Parts: sequence; structure tokens; C-alpha cells
Amino acid sequence: MLGLNRNDTLLLIFVAIITLAAPILMNPFPTESSLAQFNAGYPDLMQRFVIFGIFAIGYNILFGLTGYLSFGHAAFLGAGSYACVWMFKLFGYNVLPGIVLSVIVAGIFSVAIGYISLRRSGIYFSILTLAFAQMSFALAYSVLGQDMWGLKGGLTNGETGLQVYSNDPQIFHSEAAPNLPHLFGVPMRETWIWEYGAWQFQFNAGFYLCAIIMLVVFYLSMRIFRSPFGLMLRAVKTNQNRLNYTGVNTKPYTLAAFVISGMYAGLAGGLLSAMDPLAGAERMQWTASGEVVLMTILGGAGTLIGPVLGAGMIKYFENIFSKINKGILEGWFSFLPESVADPIVSVLYLFTGSGWHLTLGLVFMLVVIFLPGGLVGGLIGAGRRLFRRGGGKAAKNTQPTPTSQAAE
Amino acid sequence: MAILQVRNVSKRFGGLQALNDVNLSIEEGKVHAIIGPNGAGKSTLLNCFVGRLIPDTGTVMFDGKSLLGIKPHEINQAGVSRVFQTPEIFGDLSILENVMIPSFASRDGSFKVNWWNRADREKDVQDHAEAVLQEIGLYEKRHEIADAMSRGDKRRLEMAMCLSQDPKLMLLDEPTAGMSRADTNATIDLLKRLGETRGLTKIVIEHDMHVVFSLAHYVSVLAQGTVIAENTPDLIKGDQRVKEAYLGTEAE
Amino acid sequence: MDLDAVLLQILNGLDKGSAYALIALGLTLIFGTLGVVNFAHGALFMVGAFCAVTLQKVLTLSTITIDETKTDFLGNPLKVKTPYVENWFGEATGATIIDWAVPLSILLAIPVMLIIGIVMERGLIKHFYKRPHADQILVTFGLAIVIGEIVKASFGATEQPVPAPQSLSRVTDVGAMLGLEGINVSYPSWRLVNMAFAAVVIIAIFSFLRFTTFGMVVRAGMADRETVGLLGINIDRRFTIMFAIAALVAGLAGVMYVPIKPPSYELGMQFLVISFVVVVVGGMGSLPGAVAAGFLLGLLEAFASTELAKGILPGIDQIIIYVVAIIILLTRPRGLMGRKGVMEE
Repeated sequence: MLGLNRNDTLLLIFVAIITLAAPILMNPFPTESSLAQFNAGYPDLMQRFVIFGIFAIGYNILFGLTGYLSFGHAAFLGAGSYACVWMFKLFGYNVLPGIVLSVIVAGIFSVAIGYISLRRSGIYFSILTLAFAQMSFALAYSVLGQDMWGLKGGLTNGETGLQVYSNDPQIFHSEAAPNLPHLFGVPMRETWIWEYGAWQFQFNAGFYLCAIIMLVVFYLSMRIFRSPFGLMLRAVKTNQNRLNYTGVNTKPYTLAAFVISGMYAGLAGGLLSAMDPLAGAERMQWTASGEVVLMTILGGAGTLIGPVLGAGMIKYFENIFSKINKGILEGWFSFLPESVADPIVSVLYLFTGSGWHLTLGLVFMLVVIFLPGGLVGGLIGAGRRLFRRGGGKAAKNTQPTPTSQAAE
Repeated sequence: MAILQVRNVSKRFGGLQALNDVNLSIEEGKVHAIIGPNGAGKSTLLNCFVGRLIPDTGTVMFDGKSLLGIKPHEINQAGVSRVFQTPEIFGDLSILENVMIPSFASRDGSFKVNWWNRADREKDVQDHAEAVLQEIGLYEKRHEIADAMSRGDKRRLEMAMCLSQDPKLMLLDEPTAGMSRADTNATIDLLKRLGETRGLTKIVIEHDMHVVFSLAHYVSVLAQGTVIAENTPDLIKGDQRVKEAYLGTEAE
Repeated sequence: MDLDAVLLQILNGLDKGSAYALIALGLTLIFGTLGVVNFAHGALFMVGAFCAVTLQKVLTLSTITIDETKTDFLGNPLKVKTPYVENWFGEATGATIIDWAVPLSILLAIPVMLIIGIVMERGLIKHFYKRPHADQILVTFGLAIVIGEIVKASFGATEQPVPAPQSLSRVTDVGAMLGLEGINVSYPSWRLVNMAFAAVVIIAIFSFLRFTTFGMVVRAGMADRETVGLLGINIDRRFTIMFAIAALVAGLAGVMYVPIKPPSYELGMQFLVISFVVVVVGGMGSLPGAVAAGFLLGLLEAFASTELAKGILPGIDQIIIYVVAIIILLTRPRGLMGRKGVMEE
């Protein structure tokens, strides 16, 4: 179906069902129960799941396939965000032009950065991208945020962040259209609430827009993975030198992968702005680049589903772990005598609440050390060992061997 | 007709004259062996043919075009394919994919964003790759990951990769180095068979005289960067200068 | 720009440059000897800084006595804090010890950093020698997060200022110090001490590598690891020690930087990016290159932040380092002093 083989089609359908049913699946606990705070089915968080999913899917096309480790993709995320808000300021709140422009801007930006950075490989490439992203961040934060060319706040509005003001032109804005981001009149914030027994489910317009876009770009990435183009990119990762002696000009291939992943990042940035029309320079900071690296590798670089899974997990645990405060932990261990419970609580508390980054860092290290294919790669490996008899053949064709090697 | 013409090629690395005024002419359809003691400049010469090195002086003409100053992938696209001394393959990919990649490169040129089609639905490339694997005897293993193969199989895979491109000239850098006697003989048979069925032009660099004398139509002897003799294998065997070159170094 | 202003910017540049140079030196030692790209090196700098914070906290641990004769502003009896050290060594000596917390913490940092370095190398880095550079970057990046978070959990997320000793908190008349007439530049004394300290550490490292047998073996190992291994020399143990020394250099730089920039758990990440740029500009694997590039970039940054430079190119101070790095990487991929072939291909 859709030009995919059976396994891929099943995977796509599976991802589509999970994504579209997320508002229900993410809210397993009744509203009144004490566990309701672990529900993740509210619009803001679900939007983040899919938007960062898009970011990671795109990053995987570069890192997962070619092995080029970029530490600068946040620059494209930020550029997309700014571009989208500018479209709001100039033309009005319809999100479509903003999203389109964010992809174009990020694409142009990534051609420039990619063309230069890809003249080097390995660690030099990583550091070049890092330098470019930090430079973009510094520029967006300071110089480009100062008044210039008669623009108050310049291109980025510096520390405050770029946002829409009432005196902006918004030339296509009509009185009938909502005064906040919308798609042909449907506001992104519109949420339809479905009460079912003790449960409450929120179906949000913005989430469904992002979810459908994510499914489309996930499908596109599947096509890339299975295409001759994708095969060439995987060959770049294994042995770029041999590929050159095989009559393939690897430079344009890596640049194409870089630009595609940059456009995915721009799309994600544009969607972030479309959900919340505010773009700040911190989206360009290298820690944001680090985040997408974490997502992709945690889930499994070079696998199709891994990055989406990684993005979902990180965003989920970011919200859930950071909610587990001392009080909740004490509640959990209240059945124990205080002298036993207190040390347990204080140790666990290191890893939860504001300390959830510690958990993330540790899990990430464990994955890099023991599961070079990420969680998905590990699962596939375990599955293969379990179903040795003939099952291996099918699996081999559908999943590229997940390894995370440096581009040589 | 000479398909590869090497004229007055010299290359210096610092104080070392690696190649000194080398002249070679490779006849189409023949196997031309280049032999010589260690450090004679054989690999340097080969690197000058594939764009890895650029000679200081001289010309390398292939099929009427100069090979100097153009990129490795352009040289390959012009019809020169190389098998490396240590097997250079795509270790993470399956054997079939390893052969499909050069086939795509031959069909689509050095760059094509063919991202919508499925690689395993590109029937012509797939069939072609499978036919080459049949020919070379790796068809049964086509779904295995290349890195998991034996060294001998890797070498055969690399030959399959080159063959799939139907090159006008194939360069083999010590194709039997480190092989057992049996593997060496198998490789000789394979190369002979390919010579008969395909009529390929080949340049073989080799240490093993047994291989050289079973395969080559012509032999050039390189010593200290200079071609000291060039003839048919039978005549080379009796050449006094060749003996000296080899004995001279072995006596050291 | 008059001479005073130029001298001031040179001092600013050397000040920044000495921190860059020390971190880059450690990174290069690790990269050159072990072939490992250590993204946790900034975290080691930060750990060093927190050695100073810890020592200061320990020294100021106090007994609390209640002075009934006085009251605080709420009218309650005044609580008087007396640090234990003042109880033990007498008030004056105790106060001096507390005042000199930062220099004293060097004594704490030496064993702490050496132990951390050895544990890190034996426990983690060792297993990544044969893994691709990308894996090394990733695992040390993860480690940097973990170290940062542990520090955050222990000290909180805020900056932890620790002052320099009173006598070094003032400014020094640099013109008089150098015996130059007509120069009227005053500069914070501690920053001058920091520069001198950096110079001493750099000279010590270079002499160590140059004049000791140990250093010669390590340098040989940097040039050609395999051959040295073939000579039957246990290069691995030496490399562990080199890693510990690199950690120590980063830690000492961190200690000395505390009075200049109050450390927080994010300090490591802030310095990491810059120090990698420094290493790359200097040339991967070149020790003199790392030091030269550290000072060079420090100076460039200082001069770029003058009003004159900012007037010509707004924002130049923010991006100068990256611009230089990009230009150098593209025109001279080996960096200023790098050897051919390191990390190429």
C-alpha cells in the first residue's frame, strides 16, 4: 500500500492510529483520580510530542542515514519559528503561509550552513555546525534583536522574543477571522472536550493539524529510507570513501540529506510558532540541538520509528517526571516506617522533579554504551534473537542495521 | 589499441622519488600485471590512475581523456573500477545492496535524488546485481550483512561490485594478498573465467608470481619508481634485470 | 584607541584566554593521547570550580551561639555564627583561612580531580577507545549532563559566588607593576594572579612532557601509539595518568575562575562549546596550538568587544570566535598548528 512493503505499511498504520488516538490513549486516568496528574493528553503537551517528533524524524534522515552528527539543528528550528511569526505579523494569523515559509527559510538557511559545514567530516563537521548554531543564537539574541531598518526590535526582538503586536500590518487579516493563529478560520486553540464517564478527553485542532503533518512527513521519510537515494545515504555512513570510488559524488548526497533534515527542523519550528505565536532565541541554543540528538539516539538512530518514539518519551517524561515532587513520593512510600521511607524518598527525589534531567542523562549514557541502535534497535535485536527461524530474513530487509558510526 | 596511456609520470614525496618517469601502455582486452619489490611504487602508480594522487609531471590518458585532476567518482564514471588491497565494502549493508549501489551509480550517474521509488522495486538494477552475484558465486548469500563474511568472500564481493559496473578498465591491487593457496587458486580461476566471458581489460598488482604468470598477458616490472622491464610473462621470467631487482632487495 | 585602552584589552584578552587555553590544553591532552573526544571536559572545569565552593562552605560551617545582650532587627536575641575554624585556630587565623578559601581549595582540587579523572577513564572512557568518535561525543555529552545535574542537586541552580582573598580583591596599577611610565591602567589583582597561575600550569605541563621520561613516552604515544605499544611499554597506564592530569588542569582552571565568574551547574556547558572551537582552531592534537589559539581567541574577543569594533560591525563581539573558527576550518582544516592527518578522512 502507498508504495510501501507490508511491514512498513503496518508500521505506518500503527503510528497513525497511535497518533490520532493520542488524546484518548494519553489520558488513561479518570479526571478526579489522584493519578490524573500523570495524564499527558492535554493539547499543549500533545502538540509538543508530534512537533518534536517531526524534528527528530528529520534529524534522523541526516544522522541516522549518513552518520553526520550535527550539533546545530536548533538553528533551523529557530529560523522556522521566526519565519512563521513574521508571516503572522505581515499577513495575518492564518498558519498555512507561516508553515510554508518556515520550511522555505530553513531550507535556504540549511543550504548555506550545510554547504560550508559538509566540506569537513567527522568531529570537524560536528564542531562547525555547533559554531554556526551558536553564532545564529548570538546574533538572534543580540544584534538582530536591536532596532534596525526602521524595524523596532529588529528581526528577532532579542531577549523578549518575536511576537505579534496590535499595530502590525497583518494585511490579510479580516474582522471575521479569529485574532489568534488559525487555519482558514479554525483556531489552533479550539478544543473539543468529550466527557465519558469519569474520563475527560480533549481533541485539539492544533494537535490534529500537527499530527496529520507529522504522519505525512513520517511517510515521506519512509519513502526516503527505502529509496535508492536512502540506500546511497546509508552507504555514505558505512564507507564514504568506497562510495566515491564507486562513481558516486557523495557531496550532493550529504548536502541533500542535510537540507531535508533542516527543512524538517524548520517545519517543526514553524509549527511551534503556529501553536503559540512567540519565537525566542533560546530555541536556537545548542542545548536545543542536543535535545534532538538525545531523542534520535535514545529511540534509535537509523530506525524509522525510533526518533518519534524518542521524542515522545523525552517530552512525556519531561512532563511527568518533573511533576513527581517530594509530596507525591512521600505518598507512595507512606506505607513504610518513616525511617525507611525518608532515605528512599530523598534518593528517588534526586531523579524526579527538577532532577529529571539526571535520569535523562543516565538513561542516555546507558543507551549509548549498551544499545548503539537505541531502544528500537535493541528491541529489534532482541526480537531477532528470539525468532531466529527464518524471521530474520524479513526483518533484515525492512530495517537498516542500526548502528551509530561516525562519518569517516 | 591502448586504452590507458601513461607518459613520463613522476611523483615525489619529500625526499623520496616514488615514481620516476614511468611509461606504460595498457592494451584493450588484456591483463597487464605490474610487479616489483616492496616500495617500488606500484600502489602509488595505481593511486595516480584513480584520482587519489596527482603526479608531479606526466600524463595519464584513458580512452582519449586525461585522468589527471578529476575526482575519483568522475574517473569511475569514465569506466575505471578499482578493487582495493584491503577489501573496501559497505560493511553494514547486505551483499545485494553492496552490488546494487555501484549498479545505481552506473545507471543514474554520480548524483540523482531518486527518493520516491523503492530500491527493491528497481527491477533492472536488482536483476543486474543478482546476475553478477550469480556469476561470482555469492548469490546464495545475498541477504547476509557484508561485514559478517569471510575475508575471501569480501574480496569476491568487491570484485562483484566492480563487475556490476561493466568497467572498461579494472584495477586490482594484490587480489590474492593474505589468501590461502586454495583461495588464491579459486581467485585465479575466477579472474580467468571473467577474462574469457567478459574480455575485461585489467591491471593487476601482485606479489605472487604464480598468480602473475597464470593470468597476465604482459608484465611490467617496477623498481625504485622506474619501469625496468616490460614483456610477456615468459620473457620476463628470464630477464636478468628483473632477477637482480628482486634478488637485490631480498638480499638486504 | 590610546595605549591605555589597548593594554586594557590585551589584559582582558589574556584573562579570557588563560581559561580557554587551560581547558583546551586538557582537551588536547585527552584527544592527543587517548584519541577520545571528551564533551565532559567543560563539566570537569565546573567540578573544579565547585571544589572552591565546597571548601568555602565547609570552612564557614559555624556554631551558633545566642548573645543575650544584643538583639537583631526583629528584637529577638542575636544569633552569632562562629565558624569552627575560628574556634580552632583563633579568630584572626580562622578569618584568614576563610578569606583564602579559593587558593586553599587548590589543595582540595588536586586529589579530587585526579581521582575523578582516573575513575572516569577506567570506568567509562577506556571502553570507548575503539568506538567511533560520534559515540565518544555522545557518551561524554551524556556524562556532562549527569555531572551537571548532580552538581545542581547538591548546590542548587543558582550561581555560587566565592570571593577572592581580600588582599587580592583590589586593583593593581599595571603601569607601575611593569615599571612603565605614562601607562595608567588598573586591573583587578585576582585576574592578574589567574593569568600568572595559568602561565605556571602551562609551563609545568610542557616541561613535564618535554623533560621527563614519562612525558617522552606519552609524546611518542601521541605521535604513534602502535609503535610505542610494540616496544612493550605499558602505554595504557600512562594514558590513564594523562587523563587524570588533563582533568586536573581543567579543575584548577575552574578553581581559579571562581572569583571571576560565580559558578553554576551550567558553567561547564558554557565553556565547552568555546573550548572545542579553541581546540579546533589550534589544531586537533597540537598542545602548543591549543594554548596559542586560546590566547589568540581571548584577545580577539576582547578587542571585538570594544566600542570601536562594535561601532564598525555591531554584534562582532558575540560572533568573532565562531567566524574565526569557521574561516580557519575551511581554509586550514588542520588548524593553526595541527599535524596532517589527525581526524581527516
